[in-house]
Amino acid sequence: MLYALCFLLFVIGLYCAVVKKNMVKIVVGLAVMEYAVNLFLIMLGYRTNGTAPIVDRTYYDFSTHQVTDVFLNSAVDPLPQALVLTSIVIGLGCLALMISICIRTYEKYGTFDITQIRKLKG
Amino acid sequence: MSDIPLVLPAFVCIPLVAAFLLPIFGSFGRKGRAAATALANLATISLLVMSIASINQFSVYNVGKWSIPLGINMVLDGLTGLFLITVNLVSSAAMLFSVRYMEQYTAKPKYLSLFMLMVAGMNGVVLTGDLFNLFVFLEIASIASYALVGFGCEDEQLEASFKYMVLGEVGSMFVLLAIGLVYGVTGALNMAYISKAVQNNSANVVLNFALALFIAGFGLKAALVPFHSWLPDAHSSAPAPISAMLSGVLIKVLGVYALVRTIFSIFGISSTVGNLLVVLGVVNMIAGAFLAIGQGDLKRLLAYSSISQVGYVFLGIGLGGTLLAAKTDSVWASLAILGGLFHLLNHAVSKSLLFLTSGSVEMSTGTRQLNQLGGLAEKLPLTRAACAIASASIVGIPPFGGFWSKLILVIAAIGAGVYWAAALIVAVSVCTLIMYLKVHRYVFLGELPESQRQIKENRGSMAVAMICLACLCVLIGLVFLVPSLRAEVLEPAAKVLSDGVRYADKIIEISKDMLVCAD
Repeated sequence: MLYALCFLLFVIGLYCAVVKKNMVKIVVGLAVMEYAVNLFLIMLGYRTNGTAPIVDRTYYDFSTHQVTDVFLNSAVDPLPQALVLTSIVIGLGCLALMISICIRTYEKYGTFDITQIRKLKG
Repeated sequence: MSDIPLVLPAFVCIPLVAAFLLPIFGSFGRKGRAAATALANLATISLLVMSIASINQFSVYNVGKWSIPLGINMVLDGLTGLFLITVNLVSSAAMLFSVRYMEQYTAKPKYLSLFMLMVAGMNGVVLTGDLFNLFVFLEIASIASYALVGFGCEDEQLEASFKYMVLGEVGSMFVLLAIGLVYGVTGALNMAYISKAVQNNSANVVLNFALALFIAGFGLKAALVPFHSWLPDAHSSAPAPISAMLSGVLIKVLGVYALVRTIFSIFGISSTVGNLLVVLGVVNMIAGAFLAIGQGDLKRLLAYSSISQVGYVFLGIGLGGTLLAAKTDSVWASLAILGGLFHLLNHAVSKSLLFLTSGSVEMSTGTRQLNQLGGLAEKLPLTRAACAIASASIVGIPPFGGFWSKLILVIAAIGAGVYWAAALIVAVSVCTLIMYLKVHRYVFLGELPESQRQIKENRGSMAVAMICLACLCVLIGLVFLVPSLRAEVLEPAAKVLSDGVRYADKIIEISKDMLVCAD
């Protein structure tokens, strides 16, 4: 259910990026798509009532030198969180570049409407 | 084997370090800028030397000594070697060309820095053995290229950059979503481990959906035909050396390489996907060729021609994949794949040369509209010769490189019994011939316009870059004709694809060996 909602968010972002005529709205649509993917990655690793994936003394079995089953069954998956951090940073870079291009375009054309920004043809 | 693994990260590190050092030089005035340019050229040429040294090697490097599946690994195999050479060859030539060409722009050190970031991203994409790492490098290369397309900050360039960026980002998000889905099903991010998991679980609906997302995402980056609308704008608006990079290698690395690696090495080729690649290739070939003939702008014409030529690559690889999946004629399958990959190398060299000549024409005359040009043959003899050689190679006139790759494709198609594909390859070549005759007719022959009596040939680094690539266009046929070179360059690359998912076994085995050595 949650995954379906997350996918719906992705599709809303895609719709917004493809259909809207205003440059800023297109950028917002792309940002929504990106957040949907980030949310999806986070949900992949999420567990209800999970614990932070940090091994401390209570979770470590010194006799076998392995982490205990309690830890394995309760810890959330840390890898998607690392991925999301990376993807947020990438998204930030993209967003900054996109917004700056929007600003420069507005200075040149005096409008955000992509139907009026049409010097390229063919 | 012992010293090569140390070199692998250098393919990414050298351009990355250069990218962050170069802007510092920019603040030391004119001499600083000259030093930055020299340094950038040194970096690209040393990368080219390294990539030639790493041809036909196989090695794996674990980043930070973390063994897979815990860490990220870099893999150098035949396919990677071929792409490394292509990337670094074109980037050296484009960088040499920029030395003089970019004098007309301000902020040259920033340009050099972005250029280096793009090279770092592309080298990273071809080297990495980790799916998420591939996404990161893909974004590094893409973001640098968005900025470079809009580098001139004129109206058209900003518009093209925005268009490119929106479609490129949609593609990246598809890829990231697909990576998330794959991780959710297989619990791995390393390509070898994903491949293992996929083989045990091939009928999974989610994985098929992820594959579809990969094809759409990488297809957007490769400008496959329903998604091609950004390419002519972006490639014609960028500064000429950047157009050469974008058309010559960027669409191939981010699109063709990433797609082919995902399909062949991770998911394993099936006849459905193979047929899909053939159809996409055919549509690209035809649509690109017909759209190109009607163009009145030199660089837009070249950009549409790129769409058409990438179609040849997909046709060859798709045909090979279909035959592999049917498990009938493995000889013709590997020949088709070899033809596709060789055409990719040929197209990279000749199309980047064509874009460089278009830059030379534009710098001399100040325009690239075909109907405002004419009679440049005597004013720009060198540019004209380079353009003629590159066009001959792309059209497929013997003895230039493009002839051999098209010949291989035709032979493979006939050998496999797909006669319509062979006929189509020849027919589209005729269209290509028409469009390049048009270029010569309008740009180099005919009456010289009154306003252009005073123009001069571009000398210095621009001439050197064009001469080097023109020589390569002539000599590249040798890569196929000389058996030892073919066995070193092309056959290992084709073998990686025909081996398909056996890639995974090889990587995992080697990593285990490395683990034993480390202990």
